[in-house]
Amino acid sequence: MTLALFYIAGAIALAATGIALTRVNAIHALIYLVVSLLAVAFIFFLLGAPFAAVLEIVIYAGAIMVLFVFVIMMLNLGNRGTVVEQEMMNPSVWIIPSLLCLILLIELSLSIASLKSETNPIVVSAKEIGISLFGPYVLAVEIASMLLLAGLVAANHIGRRLSKMDQEKDEG
Amino acid sequence: MSEANLPFIGAILLTVVGGAAVLTWFERRLLGIWQDRYGPNRLGPFGILQVAADMLKLLTKHDWIPPFADRFVFVIAPTAIVISMLMAFAVVPFGPNHYLIDMNVGLLFFLAMSSLAVYSVMLGGLASNNKYALLGGLRAAAQMVSYEVFMGLSLMGVVMLSGSFSLVDIVESQKDGWYFIPQFLGLYVFIIAGIAESHRLPFDLPEAEHELTAGFHTEYGGMKFTMFMLGEYCGLILLSCMITTLFFGGWLGPFLPPLVWFALKTFGFICFFILLRAAIPRPRYDQLMALGWTVMLPITLINLVATGAIALWMNQA
Repeated sequence: MTLALFYIAGAIALAATGIALTRVNAIHALIYLVVSLLAVAFIFFLLGAPFAAVLEIVIYAGAIMVLFVFVIMMLNLGNRGTVVEQEMMNPSVWIIPSLLCLILLIELSLSIASLKSETNPIVVSAKEIGISLFGPYVLAVEIASMLLLAGLVAANHIGRRLSKMDQEKDEG
Repeated sequence: MSEANLPFIGAILLTVVGGAAVLTWFERRLLGIWQDRYGPNRLGPFGILQVAADMLKLLTKHDWIPPFADRFVFVIAPTAIVISMLMAFAVVPFGPNHYLIDMNVGLLFFLAMSSLAVYSVMLGGLASNNKYALLGGLRAAAQMVSYEVFMGLSLMGVVMLSGSFSLVDIVESQKDGWYFIPQFLGLYVFIIAGIAESHRLPFDLPEAEHELTAGFHTEYGGMKFTMFMLGEYCGLILLSCMITTLFFGGWLGPFLPPLVWFALKTFGFICFFILLRAAIPRPRYDQLMALGWTVMLPITLINLVATGAIALWMNQA
C-alpha cells in the first residue's frame, strides 16, 4: 500500500515538474510546480518525516511560491511574457542542461542501487529535529539566520533610499 | 485511514458544508438583529428556507467564463480554498474519540492548509484579467502572507505550554486550565490574524466593494462564486474550531457530553466573528499592513519570549 502510494506520488512529482518546465505561461508553470512540491511533501510524509513534509508545504508551497505569484501579479506582463518565453523555448537551449541532468541522473541511480533499502522507516518527530538543529547543526542555523538578517538589512536599505529619492523628486 | 472512518468523514463534510450554507442565512439574520432590522425572514420558519432559495439561484446560474480570462487558472482557482479548508478539518479533534487523525504535526498541518488557501484568492484575481480583480488579488496576497507569520508565531506559546503539535495532546493538556488565560496575547493575535487570513469583514480589503467593485471575485458568478463563498464560510468555522481547540479547552467541560461542549464553544465564536463584522469599521489597507508589522509582530515576539522564559523557569523549580 505504502509502496504504491510512494510510486504514484513520485510519478506525479516527476510529471508535474516536467510540465512546469515546458509551460510558456509563467502562472501555469507555477501551478504545476506547486503540485510537484505537494507531491514531494507527501513523499516525505510517507518516508516518516511528517515535520519536514508540513514545512515543505508551509514554506515552499505556501510562502515562496506565493511570493513568485505576487511578483508576476505586480509586473502583470500579460501576453508579453508568454511571447518572450516562446522564443526562449527553442530546442537548442535544452541540449546542455539535459546532458548535465542526464549525468546527474546516472550518478544518482548508481548510488541508489548500491544502497541497502530500509524497509521500516523511522518516524522523525519535531522534537528530534529541534534537538539536532540546536545541537550538532547549531552553526548552520546561526549562519542561515545571519544570511537572512543580511538580506533583511539590504532590503530595508534599498527601500529607504528609493523613498528618499522619491521625496527629493517630488520636492524638486 | 480505515474504511470504518468513511461515515465519519461523510458526517464531518456534511456538517461543515451544511453549516457553511446555513451560516449565510444565520449571519444575515444576526446582523439584522444587531442593526435593528429583520434580515431575510420570509421563506419558511424564521426565513431558513432562504438558504435553499440562494443555493438554487447560485447553482442554476449560467456558468460563464469571461473570454478575456485565463480559462485554466480561472476554473481551478475557486477549488483550492474549498479543498484546503475541508482538508484542515481532518485534524480537528471534536471529542476525545471523535477525530479523523491525531497527527503529531496536527497544528502545523492546519497552518499548511490555511497557507494553501491563499492561492485561490490570488489566482482568481490574476486569471480574471481585470484591474479590480488584480488589485484585490494583490492585496489578498500581501495581507495573507503577512498575517500568516503572526498566526503561526502566536500559536507557538500554546505549543510550548503543552509540549506538542498534536491537537489532541493540546486539548488534553488544558485539563488544569484553558490556555486563553496564560496565552491571552497569543489569543488576541490569533483572532486578528485569523480574520485577516479568512479575509472577512472588517479585513475584507481584497474584496472591498466600496473601492474595488468586488475585488478578486469581480468576474466570478454562479457555481464558482459559490465555491469562494463556501471556502470563506468553511474558513470561518475552521477558525472557530481552532480557537476552541487551542485556547478554550476543546471538548473539555463539565456535565454536558464533549461533542456538545465543542459545538457550543465553536458556535459562540462564530457569533463573535459575526458581531465583529457588525461592530467594527474597515481599516484602510495601509493601516491594516502597518498594524500587522508594527503591533502584531512585536506582541507575538514578546509573548513567545515571555512564555519560553516562564516555561523554562517552571521546569527548573
